[in-house]
Amino acid sequence: MDTKTAWHEHVRPVRPFWHPLWAGVALGLVLLLTFIWTGHGLGATGATTRLSAWMGLKMAPAFTAANPYLGPMVDNGHPLSSWISWQVLGVALGALASAFWAGRLRVQWDGERSIGRGRRIVTALVGGLLAGFGARVAAGCTSGLGLSGAATLSIAAFVFLAVFFVVGLLVTRVIRGV
Amino acid sequence: MLPFNDAGMVSGLLCGALFGWVLENAGFGSPCKLTGQFRLSDWSVLKVMFTAIVVAAAGLLVLQSLGWMEADAVFVPSAMLAAAAVGGLLVGAGFAVGGYCPGTSVVGLFSGRLDAGVFLLGLLLGTFAFAGLYGPAIESLMNAAEVMAGDTLPDAYGIPAWALVLGMAAALVGVFVWGGRFERASRGPVTANEAVEGAAP
Repeated sequence: MDTKTAWHEHVRPVRPFWHPLWAGVALGLVLLLTFIWTGHGLGATGATTRLSAWMGLKMAPAFTAANPYLGPMVDNGHPLSSWISWQVLGVALGALASAFWAGRLRVQWDGERSIGRGRRIVTALVGGLLAGFGARVAAGCTSGLGLSGAATLSIAAFVFLAVFFVVGLLVTRVIRGV
Repeated sequence: MLPFNDAGMVSGLLCGALFGWVLENAGFGSPCKLTGQFRLSDWSVLKVMFTAIVVAAAGLLVLQSLGWMEADAVFVPSAMLAAAAVGGLLVGAGFAVGGYCPGTSVVGLFSGRLDAGVFLLGLLLGTFAFAGLYGPAIESLMNAAEVMAGDTLPDAYGIPAWALVLGMAAALVGVFVWGGRFERASRGPVTANEAVEGAAP
């Protein structure tokens, strides 16, 4: 073994990813369990939006309280004390446990080898900005609106997913982000 | 009668942990695997998402048919089609450029990817930008093209739910067959070893 490799790269063997069919069945059952238990599906940007409201309150309280979008979230108590915040914390813990157990936990700038670290930081930041803005317009993201909404046969979810895939295909042809 | 409508910490942490566990095992912490869908060389995103949608939709339909759950008992997003289309456009572009969607960026960060942390920072900035610009113009865009007849395809257009689920299941077979062909004609799906090494030049 190369003595220069870090401990976490060779301590646990890298396990293969699940077959997409079984991963999809498992994801569908987790989503169904969430519907049965809570009455709604899974999400992500509900938590980042509340995190934004909380950070806004810490850094610019007057602006945040007066803001017509973030203000109401702050009025209803601590913006982070909501179901979706716990759920995203759970996602972090579940992903960490899975990546560690399967030997896939590795600290890295993914995309550094392909396009360079500086450029990768720019594409990640710009991509996040676009997705963050878009998820607020649609009141949901790929998880909350696309996945969870489509399971309820929501019209908005199918429109979102169709535009999402077509635009993703087109933009990938023009820009290499990773 | 289902659902239980629990809004507590335990259900949030547990459903979230299972969600993150499955996403990481599907390979969805890796930006080169995720964007492989748009390069048409790795169809895992469509295969996994579409399978999950069919399984969850069929499960809800069964529960409703058995009378264990009311038809309108679970949350359904409003049919604001302009908002959904503009949001899909921006999230799709953000996914192609940034390599993640909001949920998978959390998985990426917690499998050690620092670029996913930058994507999450971008999400917060995008939210602030939206909040700063929020006003009558954005509100009227978000309320445009609303379907008044109902929020779901069965409610608005009278298509039976079972027919939709069957149709989606048939389309799912097509996704696996056609996706498999595209994968064999290109470099193919990103393996776990390749994902751990990071996106290749």
